[in-house]
Amino acid sequence: MEDISLHILDVVENSVDAGARRIEILLAEDASADLLLLEIKDDGKGMDEETIRLVTDPFFTTKTVRRIGLGLPFLKQAAEECSGGFSISSEKGRGTTVSASFKRSHIDRKPLGDVGATMMVLIAGNPDIDFLFHYRRDDYDYKLDTREIRDELDGVPMNSPEVLKALRKDIDKGLGAEENQMEETHG
Amino acid sequence: MARLTIEDLKRIKEEYKSTLTLREGGSRAKVTVHMGTCGIAAGARKVMEALLDEIKKSEVKDVIVTTSGCAGLCSKEPMATVEIINEAPVKYVQLNEEKIRKIFQEHVLNGKIVEGFALVMGSETAY
Ligand SMILES: Nc1ncnc2c1ncn2[C@@H]1O[C@H](COP(=O)(O)OP(=O)(O)OP(=O)(O)O)[C@@H](O)[C@H]1O
Ligand SMILES: [Mg+2]
Repeated sequence: MEDISLHILDVVENSVDAGARRIEILLAEDASADLLLLEIKDDGKGMDEETIRLVTDPFFTTKTVRRIGLGLPFLKQAAEECSGGFSISSEKGRGTTVSASFKRSHIDRKPLGDVGATMMVLIAGNPDIDFLFHYRRDDYDYKLDTREIRDELDGVPMNSPEVLKALRKDIDKGLGAEENQMEETHG
Repeated sequence: MARLTIEDLKRIKEEYKSTLTLREGGSRAKVTVHMGTCGIAAGARKVMEALLDEIKKSEVKDVIVTTSGCAGLCSKEPMATVEIINEAPVKYVQLNEEKIRKIFQEHVLNGKIVEGFALVMGSETAY
């Protein structure tokens, strides 16, 4: 995966496949702690211990066991390549939380990429799922909850072009709000 | 909190209602973009974005776009399946933005399968 926004898309697709009705995505940048945190929480069918063990086994040793998929090992690898961490907590029948952290200034840390595009594609493809997108950058906080918007829209589908366009604009604004500060902290 | 204001949402509601009559009668076509890990790594998100853009531009109201998991043909990703009502589904392989736009114009809007990009017909059941 080229960037973090593509990892988000990939991991959230797992939640969709697991039958989640609500998916919460937290992306938090903390300059003082030099940390980037990604957390994806769903209320899908969950995983048993064995599955968790298999998907979190180091990439290269999966040859010896049945390899399930690539999505989670890829994210784990991306995090560990820049002194970050990765964890899954899950309960069968209740849901799953996948967390990955990255040392924000690490040379190998992937860029965020087009997070707005990821959210738009997720909402367009799954109009009946509630998405909470939460972005934090130090003291700045942005939240978009499609549940609240759906309630206001009474009956207009989330995947109609008018709604998607408005959501996209909102998310892009929400992510870019502190652009100037972003430049400063990068230097 | 989101910056979308109540006014924005009201405006969207009005816009939607004004075109509602066009949307009656259910969907005529469904396009599924495969969004497994291999698909995403190969560019499926861009394919989906281009497709959404075509729908917006053409103002068609009876085409559904959705996503699905891995189709098991990782080397042929990105892939999409086009289903026109009462017709057999067609799988398209190794897509990019340009190809999906062409497929949308020719197959989804005009009913003509784009043979050059399609997986050989019938082989869908082979895996
Ligand atoms: N949020 C989730 N809820 C329940 N099960 C999950 C979740 N995420 C992953 N899994 C389980 O872990 C497996 C591995 O996920 P992973 O994303 O690594 O691969 P995959 O989705 O099977 O295939 P792909 O390579 O296309 O991503 C899944 O097949 C599924 O069984
Ligand atoms: Mg996956």
